[in-house]
Amino acid sequence: MKIQNTQPSQNTRILSVGAYRPSRVVPNSEIVDAIESTDEWIQQRTGIKTRHFAGEDESLIDMAFAASKIAIARAGLTSEDIDTVIFSTITYPFQAPSAATELITRLGNTKAAAFDINAACAGFSYGVGIASDLVRNHTSKYVLVIGGEKLSDFTSPTDRATAFIFADGAGAVVIGPSDEVGISATTWGADADNRDAIMMTPSWLDFKKGATVDKIGWPDISQEGQRVFRWAVYEVAQVGKKAIASAGIKPSDLAAFIPHQANERIIDSLAKSMELPDGIVIARDIQTTGNTSAASIPLAMDRVLAENPQLSGKLALLIGFGAGLVFSSQVVVLP
Amino acid sequence: MALTQDEVLAGIRDIVVEVAGIDGALVSLEKKFADDLDVDSLSMVEVIVAAEEKFSVKIPDDEVTKMATVADAVNFIVAHS
Repeated sequence: MKIQNTQPSQNTRILSVGAYRPSRVVPNSEIVDAIESTDEWIQQRTGIKTRHFAGEDESLIDMAFAASKIAIARAGLTSEDIDTVIFSTITYPFQAPSAATELITRLGNTKAAAFDINAACAGFSYGVGIASDLVRNHTSKYVLVIGGEKLSDFTSPTDRATAFIFADGAGAVVIGPSDEVGISATTWGADADNRDAIMMTPSWLDFKKGATVDKIGWPDISQEGQRVFRWAVYEVAQVGKKAIASAGIKPSDLAAFIPHQANERIIDSLAKSMELPDGIVIARDIQTTGNTSAASIPLAMDRVLAENPQLSGKLALLIGFGAGLVFSSQVVVLP
Repeated sequence: MALTQDEVLAGIRDIVVEVAGIDGALVSLEKKFADDLDVDSLSMVEVIVAAEEKFSVKIPDDEVTKMATVADAVNFIVAHS
């Protein structure tokens, strides 16, 4: 006897999005002294004017819980309806168990399948791809995908390459069944020859061997900015073009472009390289949110929809790219 | 066929005008990208990526960091085209 797929494959879509930005707004003026920089320089290089930092007693899970509650309510569901939780993060401060399992205890639904993924700034798009395929194949019905980061815990305020870039926040979507195709196949991959371009070192094992933070530092994020910029403007545009082709549409069919909010100049460069149409809405949440890694796409999606409610039901291109180096992209129908 | 210095300079001039939005007449061999042409380190990356495509050359990262003047970039491309 051969096993069978007993149900035909299920179309999927993003049912809702929720966002949480910590209340403390940090302007460039608060960052510049420690890195001998200026507000003008930071804005010119990155587009960032302000960002949000979580308070010391505000955890990654607090932020994720807030975003998740909004997303679940907007989907017209309750926590009990969620059968799978995928949490994309690189800043959960415990090796195990996962951030996703801590989140489901907060949601009061401790029986859902729950796991984390580590694909850094591409993590949300990785999660959307995985969730869509889980629903498509009836493994899951309603999947909560969270991108959340408390990067202020893992960024040195004196690192001139990173201190002005990274920030905190969480965004979540619910992915579920749909009559029409609402999420295209995911175009994803890695370029691990550039694995050392963005790192969080030293290893935890160095501390076990007796080293202290005073001596070897904390595993803060480090980045070779120009190298990553070069990779992003050249390689990532090709990823977006492939995702558009894979979805069977043309760039002119897109209503919105919601890339990972790494740097506004990368966003501009990608839009130009991919020959996106005039009039497309381009997410520029980075200006007031900074780079929140896995959280940046859902945060930007939430803002795009808040400012342009007419885009609900229209097509958006998502592209995530980051430490690994890894990348992922798909076309989605906006919730 | 190897490119001449004038051909490469003309190509670099077009790219710098596109990336930095400056008057092409300002782009000459002795000019410094950062100090004279408003090409910061990120714009320099965009210039290099465009130049690689235009001239079909590979310009390694460690060479880019040494390219202070327009002549530095032009001479590298002429030597490797």
